[in-house]
Amino acid sequence: MTKQEALYKYSIRLGDDALILGHRLSELCSRAPFIEEDLALTNISLDMIGRAQALLAYAAETEGKGKDADFLAYRRPEIEYQNHLLIEQPNGDFAQTIARQFFVSAFEYLFYIELEKSKDATLAAIASKTIKEIKYHQQHAAEWVIRLGDGTEKSHAKMQHAIDDLWMWTGELFEMDEVDNLLIKEGIGVDLVPLKAAWYNQIQTVLTEATLTMPEDGYMQTGGRKGAHTENLGHILSEMQYLQRAYPDATW
Amino acid sequence: MVTDNHISVIDVYNLISDIPDPEIPVITIKDLGMLRKVDFDNDNYVVTITPTYTACPAMKMIEDQIKERLHEHHIDNVKVNLTYTPAWTTDWLSEEAKQKMRQYGIAPPTHSSCSKIFAVEEHIQCPQCKSKNSSVISKFGSTACKALYKCNDCKEVFDYFKCH
Repeated sequence: MTKQEALYKYSIRLGDDALILGHRLSELCSRAPFIEEDLALTNISLDMIGRAQALLAYAAETEGKGKDADFLAYRRPEIEYQNHLLIEQPNGDFAQTIARQFFVSAFEYLFYIELEKSKDATLAAIASKTIKEIKYHQQHAAEWVIRLGDGTEKSHAKMQHAIDDLWMWTGELFEMDEVDNLLIKEGIGVDLVPLKAAWYNQIQTVLTEATLTMPEDGYMQTGGRKGAHTENLGHILSEMQYLQRAYPDATW
Repeated sequence: MVTDNHISVIDVYNLISDIPDPEIPVITIKDLGMLRKVDFDNDNYVVTITPTYTACPAMKMIEDQIKERLHEHHIDNVKVNLTYTPAWTTDWLSEEAKQKMRQYGIAPPTHSSCSKIFAVEEHIQCPQCKSKNSSVISKFGSTACKALYKCNDCKEVFDYFKCH
C-alpha cells in the first residue's frame, strides 16, 4: 500500500463516519422530542455533513481519478463505505440517539485534537476547524446522559439500557490496520492506542455523574472499516442515494 | 498589482468587502472575517473566503454574491476559493461588528476562542435590556454559529453568537 492509497482510505473512513452519522441525525429533523433539541440535533448533523464534504473532497483529490465529494457520497456501493458500525445504528429512542452521540463525540473529541497535529496540512486544517464544533457535540451529549441517567427512574433505566445496548459497537473505534500504521509512521495518522484509556476515563466520569453503570467488556463487533456492515447501512443508502441513482448528476 | 484592465486586487477587495452576511445582514463578510484575501493568479482574481462553521450553508450564496458584484463592474475572471486554514475564529470580529450585532438583537461573543467555552458562556448580556441575568435555552440556535438564550429580566429570547 502506498502512502497515497492509505491517505485516500483514511479520508474516506473519516468522511464516511461524518456522512453517515450526519444523515442519521438528519432523520430526526422535525421529529426530535422538542424544538430546541430538534435544532441541536440538526445543527450537529449539519456540522457532520460539512466535515464529510471536506474529507470526501480531499479523498477524491488524493485519489486523482476525477471524482468529487458528491460522487463518493452518492455513488459508491455499500461495501465501499468504511464507517464504524456504531455510526450506522438506528436512532432508536432518544436515549439511544444520545448514547450513540455520547460514545462517538467523546471519541471524536480525542481523535481530532490529535489529528490537528497531523503532518498532512489538509487533514490538520479540517481537524482544527471541526474540533471547535465537536466540543459542542460532546458537551450536548454528556449533559443529556447526566440529565437522563440522574433523572427519573424511567429515564435512568432507558439511558442505562441504551448504554449497555450500544456498548458492543465501541471496541471498533480503537481498531487499527495497515492504513493507520502506515500513516502513523508518516506522522499523518493518529495512534488510537493511547486514546482508548482516555476515552474510557471520560465515559466513566460522565456515567458516574449520571449514576449509571459502566458496561462490562464483552464481545465487540467489528467490520465497518472493511466494508462489512449491519443491515442498517443499506437502508440509509437506499434513501440517501435514491436521487443521484435515479437522476445521475441532478442539480438544483 | 496593476493588471491589464487596471483593476488592482485592492480595488477588487474593496468592491466586495461590504457584501452583507446572508444570515446577519447588518454585518459584512469583511466585518466577520470571512473574506480573507484577494490575489491575482493566472489571469484570474482569486478571492479566498473561509466558513464560520464547516457546513456554513451561506458559503455558496456568498460566492455567488461576490461573482455577481464583480460582474456588475465587468470583472468576470473570478475564482472563489474556500479555505479551512487558519480556522475561522470569533476573535476576528471587529468591535464595530460586535456593536452592529448588538443593535440587530444578537448578543456578540463575549470571550476569545478559549478552550473553556462553556464556563464563560453564562450571564450573557441581553441585547435588548442589557441585563446579564440570562440563561441558556439551547446551545444550538437558528444557525450553526448561534445559541439561544432568554433574558430573565425583560423575558425576551435572544440569539447569542457563540465564541468559536
